[in-house]
Amino acid sequence: MTAAVGSTHRHPTEPVLSLANAALGFGDRVLWNDLTIDVCAGEFLAVLGPNGSGKTSLLKTILGQQQLDSGTARFDGHAVRRGDRRIGYIPQQKLIPGGTPMRARDLVALGVNGHRFGLPVSRASEKRQVEELLESVGATAYADEPVGNLSGGEQQRLRVGQALAGDPRLLLCDEPLLSLDLQHQRGVSELIDRRRREHGTPVVFVTHDVNPVLGMVDRILYLAGGQFREGTPDEVLRSEVLTELYGTPVDVIRTGGRVVVVGIPDSETHHHHHSAHGEANL
Amino acid sequence: MITLGELWARMFNFENYGELLTLVHNSLIAGAILGIVGGLIGVFVMQRDMAFAVHGISELSFAGAAAALLFGVNVVAGSLAGALIAAIMIGLLGSRARDRNSIIGVLMPFGLGLGILFLALYPGRSGNKFGLLTGQIISVDDPQLVWLTGISIVVLIGLLVMWRPLSFDSLDADVAAARGVPTRFVSLAFMVLLGLIVAVSVQIIGALLVLALLVTPAAAALRLSASPLWVPVLAMVFGFTSAVGGILLALGGSLPISPYITTISFSIYLIARLVGLRTKTRAGLR
Repeated sequence: MTAAVGSTHRHPTEPVLSLANAALGFGDRVLWNDLTIDVCAGEFLAVLGPNGSGKTSLLKTILGQQQLDSGTARFDGHAVRRGDRRIGYIPQQKLIPGGTPMRARDLVALGVNGHRFGLPVSRASEKRQVEELLESVGATAYADEPVGNLSGGEQQRLRVGQALAGDPRLLLCDEPLLSLDLQHQRGVSELIDRRRREHGTPVVFVTHDVNPVLGMVDRILYLAGGQFREGTPDEVLRSEVLTELYGTPVDVIRTGGRVVVVGIPDSETHHHHHSAHGEANL
Repeated sequence: MITLGELWARMFNFENYGELLTLVHNSLIAGAILGIVGGLIGVFVMQRDMAFAVHGISELSFAGAAAALLFGVNVVAGSLAGALIAAIMIGLLGSRARDRNSIIGVLMPFGLGLGILFLALYPGRSGNKFGLLTGQIISVDDPQLVWLTGISIVVLIGLLVMWRPLSFDSLDADVAAARGVPTRFVSLAFMVLLGLIVAVSVQIIGALLVLALLVTPAAAALRLSASPLWVPVLAMVFGFTSAVGGILLALGGSLPISPYITTISFSIYLIARLVGLRTKTRAGLR
Protein backbone atom coordinates (compact mmCIF):
# COMPACT_ATOMS: atom_id res chain seq x y z
CA MET A 1 0.00 0.00 0.00
CA THR A 2 1.03 3.64 -0.08
CA ALA A 3 2.71 3.55 3.31
CA ALA A 4 4.84 0.61 2.21
CA VAL A 5 5.92 2.42 -0.95
CA GLY A 6 6.90 5.45 1.10
CA SER A 7 8.88 3.38 3.55
CA THR A 8 11.13 1.83 0.89
CA HIS A 9 12.67 5.26 0.29
CA ARG A 10 13.75 5.46 3.89
CA HIS A 11 16.79 3.93 5.41
CA PRO A 12 15.65 0.75 7.18
CA THR A 13 17.21 1.72 10.50
CA GLU A 14 15.77 5.21 10.55
CA PRO A 15 13.44 5.35 13.55
CA VAL A 16 9.71 5.41 12.90
CA LEU A 17 9.12 7.35 16.09
CA SER A 18 11.66 9.54 17.77
CA LEU A 19 11.47 11.75 20.82
CA ALA A 20 14.40 14.04 21.53
CA ASN A 21 14.93 15.87 24.83
CA ALA A 22 11.20 15.81 25.34
CA ALA A 23 9.83 17.36 28.52
CA LEU A 24 6.31 17.66 29.81
CA GLY A 25 4.81 18.76 33.11
CA PHE A 26 1.69 20.22 34.55
CA GLY A 27 2.18 23.14 36.94
CA ASP A 28 5.30 22.37 38.95
CA ARG A 29 4.91 18.62 38.54
CA VAL A 30 7.32 17.17 36.01
CA LEU A 31 6.08 14.09 34.17
CA TRP A 32 9.29 13.48 32.30
CA ASN A 33 12.31 15.52 31.37
CA ASP A 34 15.00 15.10 28.74
CA LEU A 35 13.29 12.01 27.37
CA THR A 36 15.08 10.76 24.27
CA ILE A 37 13.96 7.55 22.69
CA ASP A 38 13.79 6.05 19.21
CA VAL A 39 11.43 3.33 18.13
CA CYS A 40 12.49 1.51 14.96
CA ALA A 41 10.62 -0.79 12.62
CA GLY A 42 9.74 -4.13 14.17
CA GLU A 43 10.32 -3.01 17.76
CA PHE A 44 7.98 -3.67 20.66
CA LEU A 45 8.30 -0.98 23.33
CA ALA A 46 6.37 -1.42 26.57
CA VAL A 47 5.71 1.74 28.58
CA LEU A 48 5.33 1.02 32.29
CA GLY A 49 4.85 3.14 35.38
CA PRO A 50 2.40 4.00 38.12
CA ASN A 51 -0.76 6.06 37.63
CA GLY A 52 0.04 9.70 37.01
CA SER A 53 3.54 9.02 35.72
CA GLY A 54 2.68 10.39 32.28
CA LYS A 55 2.08 7.23 30.25
CA THR A 56 -1.15 8.52 28.74
CA SER A 57 0.38 11.97 28.19
CA LEU A 58 3.16 10.29 26.25
CA LEU A 59 0.58 8.65 23.97
CA LYS A 60 -1.24 11.96 23.57
CA THR A 61 2.05 13.58 22.59
CA ILE A 62 2.63 10.98 19.90
CA LEU A 63 -0.97 11.46 18.71
CA GLY A 64 -0.32 15.20 18.41
CA GLN A 65 -2.95 16.00 21.03
CA GLN A 66 -0.49 17.19 23.66
CA GLN A 67 2.18 19.86 23.14
CA LEU A 68 5.61 19.22 24.62
CA ASP A 69 7.06 21.83 26.99
CA SER A 70 10.36 21.39 25.19
CA GLY A 71 12.07 18.96 22.86
CA THR A 72 10.71 17.34 19.72
CA ALA A 73 8.52 14.41 18.79
CA ARG A 74 8.80 13.11 15.25
CA PHE A 75 6.92 10.34 13.50
CA ASP A 76 7.80 8.90 10.11
CA GLY A 77 10.12 11.76 9.28
CA HIS A 78 8.01 14.76 10.31
CA ALA A 79 6.76 16.42 13.47
CA VAL A 80 3.85 14.55 15.05
CA ARG A 81 0.45 15.93 14.09
CA ARG A 82 -3.15 15.52 15.11
CA GLY A 83 -5.23 12.85 13.43
CA ASP A 84 -2.35 11.19 11.58
CA ARG A 85 -3.96 8.17 9.94
CA ARG A 86 -0.71 6.25 9.68
CA ILE A 87 -0.85 5.69 13.43
CA GLY A 88 -3.13 2.86 14.52
CA TYR A 89 -4.53 3.54 17.97
CA ILE A 90 -5.94 0.82 20.21
CA PRO A 91 -7.62 2.29 23.29
CA GLN A 92 -8.45 0.87 26.68
CA GLN A 93 -11.21 -1.64 26.57
CA LYS A 94 -14.35 0.38 27.28
CA LEU A 95 -17.28 -1.97 26.96
CA ILE A 96 -19.60 -0.79 24.18
CA PRO A 97 -23.12 -0.72 25.65
CA GLY A 98 -25.81 -3.03 24.36
CA GLY A 99 -28.22 -1.27 22.00
CA THR A 100 -25.49 0.53 20.09
CA PRO A 101 -26.70 0.48 16.48
CA MET A 102 -23.57 -1.02 15.03
CA ARG A 103 -22.47 -4.49 13.98
CA ALA A 104 -18.97 -5.87 14.38
CA ARG A 105 -18.16 -5.07 10.76
CA ASP A 106 -19.32 -1.47 11.21
CA LEU A 107 -16.87 -0.95 14.07
CA VAL A 108 -14.02 -2.13 11.85
CA ALA A 109 -15.35 -0.08 8.92
CA LEU A 110 -14.96 3.10 11.00
CA GLY A 111 -11.22 2.52 10.79
CA VAL A 112 -11.46 2.35 7.00
CA ASN A 113 -13.72 5.30 6.24
CA GLY A 114 -15.04 6.65 9.57
CA HIS A 115 -13.14 9.90 9.08
CA ARG A 116 -14.73 10.60 5.72
CA PHE A 117 -17.57 13.06 5.23
CA GLY A 118 -20.20 12.37 2.60
CA LEU A 119 -23.11 10.02 2.15
CA PRO A 120 -22.54 6.91 4.26
CA VAL A 121 -22.26 4.49 1.37
CA SER A 122 -19.27 2.14 1.37
CA ARG A 123 -17.44 1.41 -1.86
CA ALA A 124 -16.87 -2.20 -2.91
CA SER A 125 -13.13 -1.86 -2.24
CA GLU A 126 -13.84 -0.63 1.28
CA LYS A 127 -16.18 -3.53 1.95
CA ARG A 128 -13.51 -5.93 0.77
CA GLN A 129 -10.99 -4.27 3.04
CA VAL A 130 -13.33 -4.61 6.04
CA GLU A 131 -13.78 -8.29 5.20
CA GLU A 132 -10.00 -8.81 5.13
CA LEU A 133 -9.54 -6.98 8.42
CA LEU A 134 -12.28 -9.02 10.08
CA GLU A 135 -10.57 -12.17 8.91
CA SER A 136 -7.13 -11.02 10.05
CA VAL A 137 -8.38 -10.56 13.64
CA GLY A 138 -10.46 -13.75 13.58
CA ALA A 139 -13.80 -11.97 13.83
CA THR A 140 -15.49 -13.26 10.69
CA ALA A 141 -17.75 -15.59 12.69
CA TYR A 142 -19.43 -12.70 14.51
CA ALA A 143 -19.08 -10.03 11.81
CA ASP A 144 -22.83 -9.38 11.71
CA GLU A 145 -23.50 -9.46 15.46
CA PRO A 146 -24.39 -6.18 17.16
CA VAL A 147 -21.20 -5.00 18.90
CA GLY A 148 -23.09 -4.46 22.14
CA ASN A 149 -23.78 -8.21 22.33
CA LEU A 150 -20.10 -9.17 22.09
CA SER A 151 -17.72 -9.90 24.96
CA GLY A 152 -14.97 -7.47 25.94
CA GLY A 153 -12.37 -9.67 24.28
CA GLU A 154 -14.30 -9.88 21.03
CA GLN A 155 -14.82 -6.12 21.01
CA GLN A 156 -11.11 -5.60 21.58
CA ARG A 157 -10.23 -7.85 18.64
CA LEU A 158 -12.45 -5.62 16.51
CA ARG A 159 -10.62 -2.54 17.80
CA VAL A 160 -7.35 -4.09 16.71
CA GLY A 161 -8.91 -4.66 13.29
CA GLN A 162 -10.08 -1.04 13.24
CA ALA A 163 -6.58 0.18 14.11
CA LEU A 164 -4.99 -1.95 11.38
CA ALA A 165 -7.15 -0.31 8.70
CA GLY A 166 -5.15 1.97 6.44
CA ASP A 167 -1.93 0.00 6.95
CA PRO A 168 -0.50 1.90 9.94
CA ARG A 169 3.24 2.57 10.30
CA LEU A 170 2.99 2.50 14.10
CA LEU A 171 0.64 0.86 16.59
CA LEU A 172 -0.12 2.78 19.77
CA CYS A 173 -1.82 0.73 22.46
CA ASP A 174 -3.22 2.26 25.64
CA GLU A 175 -3.77 -0.57 28.14
CA PRO A 176 -5.54 -2.65 25.49
CA LEU A 177 -5.70 -5.74 27.73
CA LEU A 178 -7.30 -4.04 30.72
CA SER A 179 -10.15 -6.09 32.24
CA LEU A 180 -9.78 -8.92 29.74
CA ASP A 181 -9.50 -12.50 30.96
CA LEU A 182 -6.21 -14.35 30.44
CA GLN A 183 -7.29 -16.14 27.29
CA HIS A 184 -8.37 -12.91 25.60
CA GLN A 185 -5.29 -11.08 26.87
CA ARG A 186 -3.21 -13.65 25.03
CA GLY A 187 -5.38 -13.56 21.91
CA VAL A 188 -5.37 -9.77 21.59
CA SER A 189 -1.67 -9.32 22.37
CA GLU A 190 -0.81 -12.03 19.83
CA LEU A 191 -2.77 -10.15 17.16
CA ILE A 192 -0.76 -7.02 17.87
CA ASP A 193 2.50 -8.94 17.91
CA ARG A 194 1.69 -10.74 14.66
CA ARG A 195 1.25 -7.42 12.90
CA ARG A 196 4.69 -6.41 14.19
CA ARG A 197 6.36 -9.62 13.03
CA GLU A 198 4.70 -9.84 9.64
CA HIS A 199 4.74 -6.18 8.66
CA GLY A 200 7.49 -4.76 10.85
CA THR A 201 5.04 -2.29 12.36
CA PRO A 202 6.55 -1.07 15.64
CA VAL A 203 4.39 -1.18 18.75
CA VAL A 204 4.24 1.26 21.67
CA PHE A 205 2.33 -0.56 24.35
CA VAL A 206 1.27 1.22 27.54
CA THR A 207 0.42 -1.19 30.31
CA HIS A 208 0.43 -1.55 34.08
CA ASP A 209 1.09 -5.28 33.79
CA VAL A 210 3.95 -6.33 31.55
CA ASN A 211 3.45 -10.08 32.08
CA PRO A 212 0.98 -10.79 29.25
CA VAL A 213 3.42 -9.28 26.74
CA LEU A 214 6.73 -10.11 28.46
CA GLY A 215 7.71 -12.58 25.74
CA MET A 216 7.19 -9.99 23.00
CA VAL A 217 8.79 -6.92 24.54
CA ASP A 218 12.13 -5.73 23.13
CA ARG A 219 12.50 -2.68 25.30
CA ILE A 220 10.86 -1.09 28.29
CA LEU A 221 10.38 2.57 29.07
CA TYR A 222 9.68 2.81 32.78
CA LEU A 223 8.26 6.16 33.98
CA ALA A 224 8.04 7.10 37.65
CA GLY A 225 8.25 10.23 39.77
CA GLY A 226 9.34 12.55 36.98
CA GLN A 227 12.16 10.23 35.90
CA PHE A 228 12.49 7.32 33.54
CA ARG A 229 14.63 4.27 32.77
CA GLU A 230 14.88 2.68 29.37
CA GLY A 231 16.35 -0.62 28.25
CA THR A 232 15.65 -4.31 27.74
CA PRO A 233 13.39 -6.04 30.28
CA ASP A 234 16.47 -7.60 31.90
CA GLU A 235 18.11 -4.21 32.24
CA VAL A 236 15.10 -2.33 33.62
CA LEU A 237 13.15 -4.86 35.65
CA ARG A 238 15.76 -5.17 38.38
CA SER A 239 15.49 -4.35 42.05
CA GLU A 240 18.36 -1.85 42.07
CA VAL A 241 17.13 -0.02 38.96
CA LEU A 242 13.56 0.42 40.22
CA THR A 243 14.79 1.20 43.76
CA GLU A 244 16.84 4.05 42.34
CA LEU A 245 13.96 5.20 40.12
CA TYR A 246 11.41 5.24 42.94
CA GLY A 247 13.90 6.41 45.57
CA THR A 248 12.65 3.77 47.96
CA PRO A 249 13.38 0.05 48.33
CA VAL A 250 11.58 -1.92 45.63
CA ASP A 251 11.93 -5.65 45.03
CA VAL A 252 11.62 -7.22 41.63
CA ILE A 253 10.85 -10.92 41.89
CA ARG A 254 10.91 -13.21 38.89
CA THR A 255 8.90 -16.32 39.38
CA GLY A 256 7.65 -18.88 36.89
CA GLY A 257 8.20 -16.61 33.90
CA ARG A 258 6.37 -13.74 35.61
CA VAL A 259 7.68 -10.53 37.04
CA VAL A 260 6.28 -9.19 40.30
CA VAL A 261 7.34 -5.83 41.72
CA VAL A 262 6.86 -5.37 45.44
CA GLY A 263 7.02 -2.16 47.46
CA ILE A 264 5.99 0.49 44.95
CA PRO A 265 4.99 3.62 46.87
CA ASP A 266 1.61 5.16 46.16
CA SER A 267 1.49 7.17 43.02
CA GLU A 268 0.78 10.87 43.23
CA THR A 269 -2.82 10.46 42.17
CA HIS A 270 -3.55 7.83 44.74
CA HIS A 271 -4.40 8.94 48.26
CA HIS A 272 -5.72 5.91 50.09
CA HIS A 273 -3.97 5.60 53.44
CA HIS A 274 -4.63 1.92 53.87
CA SER A 275 -2.25 1.00 51.07
CA ALA A 276 0.92 2.91 51.86
CA HIS A 277 2.86 0.24 50.04
CA GLY A 278 1.47 -1.35 46.96
CA GLU A 279 2.32 -4.47 45.10
CA ALA A 280 2.06 -4.67 41.37
CA ASN A 281 2.27 -7.35 38.76
CA LEU A 282 4.80 -5.68 36.58
CA MET B 1 -68.41 16.84 35.93
CA ILE B 2 -67.72 15.90 32.36
CA THR B 3 -69.24 12.70 31.05
CA LEU B 4 -67.22 10.15 29.14
CA GLY B 5 -69.21 10.86 26.01
CA GLU B 6 -68.45 14.56 26.16
CA LEU B 7 -64.81 13.80 26.88
CA TRP B 8 -64.64 11.59 23.82
CA ALA B 9 -66.30 14.27 21.69
CA ARG B 10 -63.78 16.83 22.82
CA MET B 11 -60.86 14.56 22.10
CA PHE B 12 -62.02 13.03 18.86
CA ASN B 13 -64.42 14.60 16.39
CA PHE B 14 -64.42 13.77 12.74
CA GLU B 15 -67.26 16.03 11.49
CA ASN B 16 -66.37 18.15 8.49
CA TYR B 17 -63.06 16.33 8.47
CA GLY B 18 -62.34 17.06 4.82
CA GLU B 19 -62.70 20.81 5.26
CA LEU B 20 -60.57 20.79 8.39
CA LEU B 21 -57.90 18.82 6.59
CA THR B 22 -57.30 21.63 4.13
CA LEU B 23 -56.83 24.00 7.07
CA VAL B 24 -53.99 21.98 8.56
CA HIS B 25 -52.39 21.17 5.24
CA ASN B 26 -49.26 23.17 6.18
CA SER B 27 -48.96 21.66 9.64
CA LEU B 28 -49.18 18.18 8.14
CA ILE B 29 -46.33 18.80 5.73
CA ALA B 30 -44.17 20.42 8.41
CA GLY B 31 -45.04 17.67 10.89
CA ALA B 32 -44.23 14.90 8.43
CA ILE B 33 -40.79 16.27 7.65
CA LEU B 34 -40.10 17.03 11.30
CA GLY B 35 -41.10 13.48 12.28
CA ILE B 36 -38.66 12.02 9.77
CA VAL B 37 -35.71 14.27 10.57
CA GLY B 38 -36.44 14.17 14.31
CA GLY B 39 -36.42 10.37 14.26
CA LEU B 40 -33.11 10.39 12.45
CA ILE B 41 -31.32 12.86 14.71
CA GLY B 42 -32.73 10.98 17.69
CA VAL B 43 -30.46 8.05 16.87
CA PHE B 44 -27.48 10.27 17.62
CA VAL B 45 -29.17 11.99 20.56
CA MET B 46 -29.47 8.55 22.15
CA GLN B 47 -25.91 7.49 21.34
CA ARG B 48 -24.45 10.74 22.61
CA ASP B 49 -26.64 10.64 25.70
CA MET B 50 -28.13 14.06 25.00
CA ALA B 51 -31.83 13.75 25.82
CA PHE B 52 -31.44 16.28 28.61
CA ALA B 53 -29.67 18.67 26.25
CA VAL B 54 -32.62 18.49 23.86
CA HIS B 55 -34.92 19.53 26.66
CA GLY B 56 -32.63 22.39 27.70
CA ILE B 57 -32.33 23.70 24.16
CA SER B 58 -36.08 23.61 23.70
CA GLU B 59 -36.70 25.81 26.77
CA LEU B 60 -34.35 28.48 25.45
CA SER B 61 -35.93 28.15 22.06
CA PHE B 62 -39.28 28.77 23.74
CA ALA B 63 -37.87 31.92 25.38
CA GLY B 64 -36.67 33.15 21.98
CA ALA B 65 -40.02 32.46 20.37
CA ALA B 66 -41.90 34.19 23.19
CA ALA B 67 -39.64 37.22 22.88
CA ALA B 68 -40.30 37.33 19.14
CA LEU B 69 -44.03 37.13 19.77
CA LEU B 70 -43.85 40.01 22.26
CA PHE B 71 -41.79 42.24 19.99
CA GLY B 72 -43.76 41.35 16.88
CA VAL B 73 -40.92 39.76 14.90
CA ASN B 74 -40.79 36.39 13.14
CA VAL B 75 -41.49 33.72 15.76
CA VAL B 76 -39.48 31.07 13.92
CA ALA B 77 -36.47 33.39 13.87
CA GLY B 78 -36.82 33.99 17.61
CA SER B 79 -37.12 30.29 18.24
CA LEU B 80 -34.04 29.63 16.11
CA ALA B 81 -31.99 32.27 17.89
CA GLY B 82 -32.82 30.88 21.32
CA ALA B 83 -32.16 27.29 20.28
CA LEU B 84 -28.85 28.05 18.57
CA ILE B 85 -27.53 30.10 21.49
CA ALA B 86 -28.37 27.27 23.89
CA ALA B 87 -27.00 24.54 21.62
CA ILE B 88 -23.71 26.31 20.97
CA MET B 89 -23.25 27.15 24.65
CA ILE B 90 -23.85 23.55 25.63
CA GLY B 91 -21.52 22.40 22.85
CA LEU B 92 -18.71 24.75 23.82
CA LEU B 93 -18.89 24.48 27.59
CA GLY B 94 -20.03 20.92 28.10
CA SER B 95 -17.74 18.51 26.32
CA ARG B 96 -17.88 16.19 29.32
CA ALA B 97 -21.24 14.73 30.32
CA ARG B 98 -21.17 16.01 33.88
CA ASP B 99 -20.29 19.60 32.88
CA ARG B 100 -22.93 19.41 30.23
CA ASN B 101 -25.70 18.36 32.56
CA SER B 102 -24.93 21.09 35.06
CA ILE B 103 -24.89 23.73 32.32
CA ILE B 104 -28.22 22.49 31.00
CA GLY B 105 -29.66 22.41 34.50
CA VAL B 106 -28.69 26.06 34.89
CA LEU B 107 -29.85 27.18 31.44
CA MET B 108 -33.19 25.41 31.39
CA PRO B 109 -35.08 27.14 34.22
CA PHE B 110 -33.62 30.47 33.13
CA GLY B 111 -34.97 29.97 29.61
CA LEU B 112 -38.35 28.82 30.80
CA GLY B 113 -38.64 31.72 33.23
CA LEU B 114 -37.66 34.21 30.56
CA GLY B 115 -40.23 32.73 28.19
CA ILE B 116 -42.98 32.93 30.77
CA LEU B 117 -42.09 36.57 31.42
CA PHE B 118 -42.37 37.43 27.72
CA LEU B 119 -45.65 35.56 27.40
CA ALA B 120 -47.09 37.29 30.45
CA LEU B 121 -46.21 40.65 28.91
CA TYR B 122 -47.67 39.68 25.52
CA PRO B 123 -51.10 41.28 25.06
CA GLY B 124 -52.33 39.05 22.22
CA ARG B 125 -54.47 35.92 22.11
CA SER B 126 -53.78 33.33 24.74
CA GLY B 127 -53.93 30.53 22.17
CA ASN B 128 -50.66 31.75 20.70
CA LYS B 129 -49.11 31.72 24.14
CA PHE B 130 -49.91 28.14 24.96
CA GLY B 131 -49.06 27.01 21.47
CA LEU B 132 -45.38 27.59 22.05
CA LEU B 133 -45.42 25.35 25.10
CA THR B 134 -47.80 22.60 24.03
CA GLY B 135 -48.11 22.92 20.29
CA GLN B 136 -51.03 24.02 18.21
CA ILE B 137 -52.63 22.71 15.12
CA ILE B 138 -53.11 25.66 12.81
CA SER B 139 -49.88 27.36 13.66
CA VAL B 140 -48.08 27.13 10.36
CA ASP B 141 -48.74 29.75 7.69
CA ASP B 142 -47.15 29.66 4.24
CA PRO B 143 -43.97 31.65 4.92
CA GLN B 144 -43.42 29.65 8.09
CA LEU B 145 -43.83 26.40 6.18
CA VAL B 146 -40.98 27.44 3.91
CA TRP B 147 -38.81 28.15 6.95
CA LEU B 148 -39.67 24.95 8.78
CA THR B 149 -39.23 22.60 5.83
CA GLY B 150 -36.11 24.46 4.70
CA ILE B 151 -34.47 24.12 8.10
CA SER B 152 -35.47 20.47 8.41
CA ILE B 153 -33.96 19.67 5.04
CA VAL B 154 -30.73 21.44 6.00
CA VAL B 155 -30.56 19.29 9.13
CA LEU B 156 -31.27 16.14 7.11
CA ILE B 157 -28.49 16.88 4.63
CA GLY B 158 -26.12 17.86 7.42
CA LEU B 159 -26.71 14.57 9.23
CA LEU B 160 -26.23 12.48 6.10
CA VAL B 161 -22.99 14.24 5.18
CA MET B 162 -21.57 13.91 8.70
CA TRP B 163 -22.92 10.40 9.25
CA ARG B 164 -19.68 8.43 9.48
CA PRO B 165 -17.51 10.93 11.41
CA LEU B 166 -20.44 11.60 13.73
CA SER B 167 -20.97 7.87 14.33
CA PHE B 168 -17.25 7.45 15.02
CA ASP B 169 -17.21 10.42 17.41
CA SER B 170 -20.36 9.24 19.18
CA LEU B 171 -18.94 5.77 19.72
CA ASP B 172 -15.40 6.63 20.76
CA ALA B 173 -14.26 10.25 20.57
CA ASP B 174 -10.64 9.48 21.53
CA VAL B 175 -10.08 6.95 18.78
CA ALA B 176 -11.98 9.10 16.28
CA ALA B 177 -9.66 12.03 17.03
CA ALA B 178 -6.61 9.78 16.70
CA ARG B 179 -7.85 8.52 13.34
CA GLY B 180 -8.34 11.93 11.78
CA VAL B 181 -11.91 12.90 12.64
CA PRO B 182 -12.13 16.63 13.44
CA THR B 183 -14.01 15.79 16.63
CA ARG B 184 -14.45 19.33 17.94
CA PHE B 185 -15.93 20.51 14.67
CA VAL B 186 -18.16 17.44 14.42
CA SER B 187 -19.51 17.84 17.97
CA LEU B 188 -20.23 21.51 17.52
CA ALA B 189 -21.81 21.00 14.10
CA PHE B 190 -24.04 18.34 15.63
CA MET B 191 -25.15 20.78 18.34
CA VAL B 192 -26.03 23.35 15.66
CA LEU B 193 -28.11 20.78 13.76
CA LEU B 194 -29.78 19.80 17.01
CA GLY B 195 -30.55 23.44 17.78
CA LEU B 196 -32.07 23.90 14.32
CA ILE B 197 -34.38 20.90 14.56
CA VAL B 198 -35.40 21.75 18.13
CA ALA B 199 -36.44 25.22 16.95
CA VAL B 200 -38.63 23.61 14.30
CA SER B 201 -40.12 21.19 16.83
CA VAL B 202 -41.05 23.99 19.21
CA GLN B 203 -43.18 25.51 16.46
CA ILE B 204 -45.16 22.34 15.95
CA ILE B 205 -45.26 20.23 19.08
CA GLY B 206 -44.36 22.88 21.66
CA ALA B 207 -41.32 23.36 23.85
CA LEU B 208 -42.36 21.04 26.65
CA LEU B 209 -42.81 17.96 24.50
CA VAL B 210 -40.01 18.14 21.96
CA LEU B 211 -38.55 14.91 23.35
CA ALA B 212 -41.54 12.96 22.03
CA LEU B 213 -40.27 13.48 18.48
CA LEU B 214 -36.52 13.79 19.03
CA VAL B 215 -35.96 10.96 21.50
CA THR B 216 -38.87 8.52 21.77
CA PRO B 217 -38.91 7.27 18.14
CA ALA B 218 -35.18 6.54 18.17
CA ALA B 219 -35.43 4.91 21.61
CA ALA B 220 -38.17 2.65 20.27
CA ALA B 221 -36.14 1.78 17.17
CA LEU B 222 -33.13 0.86 19.31
CA ARG B 223 -35.33 -1.64 21.15
CA LEU B 224 -36.02 -3.46 17.92
CA SER B 225 -32.72 -3.50 16.11
CA ALA B 226 -29.00 -2.84 16.32
CA SER B 227 -28.54 -2.48 12.60
CA PRO B 228 -26.97 0.77 11.42
CA LEU B 229 -29.53 0.76 8.60
CA TRP B 230 -32.70 -0.38 10.34
CA VAL B 231 -32.43 1.77 13.45
CA PRO B 232 -32.49 5.07 11.53
CA VAL B 233 -35.15 3.79 9.13
CA LEU B 234 -37.44 2.62 11.93
CA ALA B 235 -36.83 5.82 13.92
CA MET B 236 -37.88 7.88 10.91
CA VAL B 237 -40.99 5.77 10.35
CA PHE B 238 -41.95 6.06 14.02
CA GLY B 239 -41.34 9.82 14.08
CA PHE B 240 -43.39 10.29 10.93
CA THR B 241 -46.24 8.13 12.25
CA SER B 242 -46.32 9.98 15.58
CA ALA B 243 -46.29 13.47 14.07
CA VAL B 244 -48.72 12.91 11.22
CA GLY B 245 -50.97 10.57 13.19
CA GLY B 246 -51.10 13.04 16.06
CA ILE B 247 -52.08 15.94 13.83
CA LEU B 248 -54.78 13.89 12.07
CA LEU B 249 -56.30 12.75 15.37
CA ALA B 250 -56.12 16.20 16.95
CA LEU B 251 -57.86 17.76 14.01
CA GLY B 252 -61.47 17.40 15.07
CA GLY B 253 -61.03 17.90 18.80
CA SER B 254 -60.47 21.18 20.57
CA LEU B 255 -57.33 20.17 22.45
CA PRO B 256 -53.67 20.93 21.82
CA ILE B 257 -51.86 18.74 19.34
CA SER B 258 -49.11 17.47 21.60
CA PRO B 259 -50.99 14.91 23.73
CA TYR B 260 -51.93 13.06 20.56
CA ILE B 261 -48.37 13.02 19.28
CA THR B 262 -46.87 12.06 22.63
CA THR B 263 -49.41 9.27 23.15
CA ILE B 264 -48.74 7.75 19.74
CA SER B 265 -44.98 7.93 20.15
CA PHE B 266 -45.19 6.50 23.66
CA SER B 267 -47.43 3.65 22.46
CA ILE B 268 -44.95 2.83 19.71
CA TYR B 269 -42.21 2.76 22.32
CA LEU B 270 -44.19 0.43 24.57
CA ILE B 271 -44.91 -1.95 21.71
CA ALA B 272 -41.27 -1.82 20.65
CA ARG B 273 -40.18 -2.75 24.17
CA LEU B 274 -42.53 -5.72 24.23
CA VAL B 275 -41.50 -6.90 20.78
CA GLY B 276 -37.87 -6.26 21.69
CA LEU B 277 -38.19 -8.51 24.73
CA ARG B 278 -39.52 -11.32 22.57
CA THR B 279 -36.84 -11.06 19.92
CA LYS B 280 -33.99 -10.53 22.36
CA THR B 281 -33.37 -14.25 22.60
CA ARG B 282 -33.27 -14.46 18.84
CA ALA B 283 -31.05 -12.17 16.86
CA GLY B 284 -33.61 -9.45 16.15
CA LEU B 285 -33.54 -7.26 13.08
CA ARG B 286 -30.02 -6.97 11.77
